[in-house]
Amino acid sequence: MITVDLAAAPLRDLNRRLHSLPANTNERAWRITNPKGAHNIAVGLTQGIEVTIDGHVGYYCAGMNQRAHVTVNGECGWGIAENMMSGVVRVKGNASQAAGATGHGGLLVIEGDAGARCGISMKGIDIVVGGSVGHMSAFMAQAGHLVVSGDAGPALGDSIYEAVLYVQGRVASLGADCIEKEMTGAHQAALARLLEQAEITADATRFRRYGSARKLYHFHTDHADAY
Amino acid sequence: MCGIVGLYLKNPALEGALGRHLATMLIGMSERGPDSAGIAVYRAPVADGTLKLTLRAADGACDWAALRQAFARHFGEPVTLAVHANHALVTLAAAEELVRAFLSQHAPNAAIVGYGQSIEMYKDMGLPAEIVERFAFRSMGGSHAIGHTRMATESAVTTAHSHPFTAAADMCLVHNGSLSNHNRLRQWLRRKGQAFETDNDTEVAARYFAYRLGEGASLKEAMTAGLKDLDGFFTFAMATRDGFAVLRDGIACKPAVMAESDDWVAMASEYRSLAALPGVDGARVWEPEPEVVYSWSRGEAA
Repeated sequence: MITVDLAAAPLRDLNRRLHSLPANTNERAWRITNPKGAHNIAVGLTQGIEVTIDGHVGYYCAGMNQRAHVTVNGECGWGIAENMMSGVVRVKGNASQAAGATGHGGLLVIEGDAGARCGISMKGIDIVVGGSVGHMSAFMAQAGHLVVSGDAGPALGDSIYEAVLYVQGRVASLGADCIEKEMTGAHQAALARLLEQAEITADATRFRRYGSARKLYHFHTDHADAY
Repeated sequence: MCGIVGLYLKNPALEGALGRHLATMLIGMSERGPDSAGIAVYRAPVADGTLKLTLRAADGACDWAALRQAFARHFGEPVTLAVHANHALVTLAAAEELVRAFLSQHAPNAAIVGYGQSIEMYKDMGLPAEIVERFAFRSMGGSHAIGHTRMATESAVTTAHSHPFTAAADMCLVHNGSLSNHNRLRQWLRRKGQAFETDNDTEVAARYFAYRLGEGASLKEAMTAGLKDLDGFFTFAMATRDGFAVLRDGIACKPAVMAESDDWVAMASEYRSLAALPGVDGARVWEPEPEVVYSWSRGEAA
């Protein structure tokens, strides 16, 4: 275990060290202390290392992540795991806005609540939230899964393409072209697997599924009112 | 982009260190606002009938000693005047309107930055760290304070355009965001008798809230009314002599984070400005929800 104290070492040095690790590195376990809300901690990782951050982080933590497993023992600011490609990012506390934005792959777990626009423009990432999500979550979502064990704020899934949304609690409102869809046994099985991977305890049979009505894919004059 | 911070002490034992903590919070927001910075601090309230004024030399230097003499001749002793860089803190026994009229006649170069019985306001152009040093913020005690670091988008980079803005006795506002209906609202407020000093959108919000408070609204009621009347992007922190409140617009694209411990309530645009507060590791940290007014008054959560 390599420990880096951000109260003593510059963040850029840490990120440079993490970026320069070769694929066969033996330095596979890292602990970062005293993050104190700094932005861009552990961004752009490419190797399958484990990084644990003790404390609250600022914006874009673990952004663009590939392969790495990043755990935040605290709360996090905007854009956690933004544009993640693969790997796992876990937040033990709450996440601010735009968690997992534009993510292409991998798994983002937020054990607490996530703020507004969680999963905005998600492109294949799986996001599992133990608590609730704020307004306009999964806005323009294109692929992947968003699982919400709590409630979803207003305009869930606005202008959604093909992502699959599972919500256990109350949905304040659905956004344009987002509808409730049938929850089949296959969906329940897929959801149960996601919850298990995320280590979030919830009963998959209690969730409802939401997705795209596919009416905004192409302009149609009859749908002008929906735009 | 701008940075805003606020610190409201619940434990009076911390009052001596208010300025030190606020200075750290303000400097933490330097990257969000490097062109100007300012604070309003509430401390050492003067007796009823006495006015506490923060003045600023608006254009070049001001002869503060001569102004003190002029105040004494016109309004009578006692008058105190302490110079802080290009600002001066004055106490005298006079009504604010009379002092304002006197200044416009006899010292048009001395602009009123803040006034009331408790508030002191200091703001200027420069990096937050420079402003902190210039006005010795770290040495200031007090019960609560708000601060702002500015990266101007809607109006000029001048001290007059920098925050906080005041529009009533012991009231001030800081703002991260931009208002889109400030011109119309300014016209409306002018018809209600409010006078404006700048073309700044935040001044409109400050005068709007002052107008609502003047109608008898509580801090919370005034901010709630603002949700209907103010159009645009905002995270606001507002302070009064005894109160502190935070509000975000419905879209909530301007950031805010809050923390509360047994000893204090704090807000900042970003957590890194809260990270050095005493006991923050045990504090409740949360992101204020859109369109929810968070307010505190002396000794109670509102």
